[in-house]
Amino acid sequence: MKRYLRVLNLFWRVAIAAELEYRINFAVAVISSIGGLVGSVFGLFLFYRTGYTFQGWSWYEALVVLGVFTLLQGTAATFLVPNLNKIVRYVQEGTLDFVLLKPISSQFWLSTHTLSPWGLPDLVFGLIIIFYAGHQLGLAPLAYVAMLPPLALGIVSLYSLWFILGATSIWFVKVYNVTEVLRSLLEAGRFPIEGYPAAYRVFFTFIIPVAFLTTVPAQTALGRSETTWLLGSAILAAVLFQLSKWFWQFALRFYTSASS
Amino acid sequence: MPIINVENLGKVYPVAIKSPGIKGTIRHFFHRTYRNIEAVKQVSFAIEPGEIVGFLGPNGAGKTTTLKMLTGLIHPSSGTVAVAGHRPFNRDAQFLRNITLVMGQKQQLIWDLPALDSLKINAAVYDLSDAEARQRIGELAEMLSIQDQLKQPVRKLSLGERMKAEMLAALLHRPQVLFLDEPTLGLDINAQVAVRSFLKDYNERYGATVLLTSHYMADITALCDRVLVIHQGSLIYDGLLDGLLDRFAPYREVSVEFARHQTINAATLAPYGDLQSLEGCKATFLVRTGKLTDTVSKLLNHLSVQDLTIAEPPIEDVIGKVFQTGSLK
Repeated sequence: MKRYLRVLNLFWRVAIAAELEYRINFAVAVISSIGGLVGSVFGLFLFYRTGYTFQGWSWYEALVVLGVFTLLQGTAATFLVPNLNKIVRYVQEGTLDFVLLKPISSQFWLSTHTLSPWGLPDLVFGLIIIFYAGHQLGLAPLAYVAMLPPLALGIVSLYSLWFILGATSIWFVKVYNVTEVLRSLLEAGRFPIEGYPAAYRVFFTFIIPVAFLTTVPAQTALGRSETTWLLGSAILAAVLFQLSKWFWQFALRFYTSASS
Repeated sequence: MPIINVENLGKVYPVAIKSPGIKGTIRHFFHRTYRNIEAVKQVSFAIEPGEIVGFLGPNGAGKTTTLKMLTGLIHPSSGTVAVAGHRPFNRDAQFLRNITLVMGQKQQLIWDLPALDSLKINAAVYDLSDAEARQRIGELAEMLSIQDQLKQPVRKLSLGERMKAEMLAALLHRPQVLFLDEPTLGLDINAQVAVRSFLKDYNERYGATVLLTSHYMADITALCDRVLVIHQGSLIYDGLLDGLLDRFAPYREVSVEFARHQTINAATLAPYGDLQSLEGCKATFLVRTGKLTDTVSKLLNHLSVQDLTIAEPPIEDVIGKVFQTGSLK
């Protein structure tokens, strides 16, 4: 465990050093993050302008969901996307061999090897929105803390889904498109799940568990989550994480590495 | 007790067959037919600790496939492999700490950063303390003479320097068994010599076992007493490098320069051996080793000879000949 932490520390320090070689990227990331955020706030505003509300969600409550969504998007951009793109490159270039020959979990290496600071603006703006909306709703500090467990579970679920898709590159090599599909589906998490027709709601809860990623943490913060949902979130995270580990081992059996 | 033991090793790959054209593509999409390719067949050998063994074969002979089975990257279809007492495919930590794989055409160092950063990560992965890592990096860097280049971004290094840094990264954990796949690929002569002498040095200093493939015969002749030759997946030779010459090239090249006053033509020279070339009064024969003294004395007695040299055929030619004909068993 201590060894893993030491490796992780080095991974991230080295990754940041590598990314900071390209400074202009950061400005672009900030601008694109602001742009995206303004767009989604405006979209949400269009609904509420005319007095329409998602069932049981006031404007500020819906903003909390949007904040959680932005936070998750930032997490994905910082931790998940760069590593996933790397998996594709490892498989394509056959350098996965080097990873597999290290006496360390290959899933750990592939999932944490790099990070990109370009998701930071999203992380910061997500937090700002959550705190702003929370302040308007008069949330107690404890409400924010209560949000953390379901949020962490959501991140674990998201990571696992992402990693499973990344692992398919063992067969399909270039899987950027597959992850693009996942990303678009996650877009659904922008709005409270109750905003969707029943059929979609089932789809986004049980097929692609978007509801657990954004709506459940927001509900917890607002003090109206049910234990069953929290429990569901925990079970989902545990199952998906285990599935990702199992799937990776399965995929490796098919790995014969790009020939020289 | 051999450190590498391979018995009846085999690997079969299913390869999808696709006929050309759009029709073929559509049929291929819905219904795939596979053919089994035997990349490695019934290969057996044993390597003792501390040996440096050359692994020869043309492209596609099965060298890389064999190396991958030895390092545990792919699962053998048949046969058994033991390396340092472990079954490679389990890839248990103890096994991985004992081996390393260097691939001339692939790199593990982070491109944009100094090699030192990648080395630190490797040190942490192999659980070396900072002091230990520093000491080992210093020692290996000195052996490779790249102390100064480790602080430059890898992308700014020359190919030779980069290969040396790759070696350093691959050997930081001081493995006992080294698998090297074309470690000198694309390097200039000086860099090749440097890599070679480093490997020799490492082998002597730590008693490490080395199995290397190379297309540069100079690597093999400089480092290996023993070679394995693989052709179309089968091991066709396992023995001393010198023995390879005796077995596959039992002839010598005899070059003669005749005195000018006599008539020399192909007909007059035919009885002496397999005439390779004749230019003016210079001729080259191939003569079987058994008949060498006999032929030379005949040449000297019957004809007026100014100069005569006997040479071994270049090893590249011998290997080339083995690969062309293949079954010179």
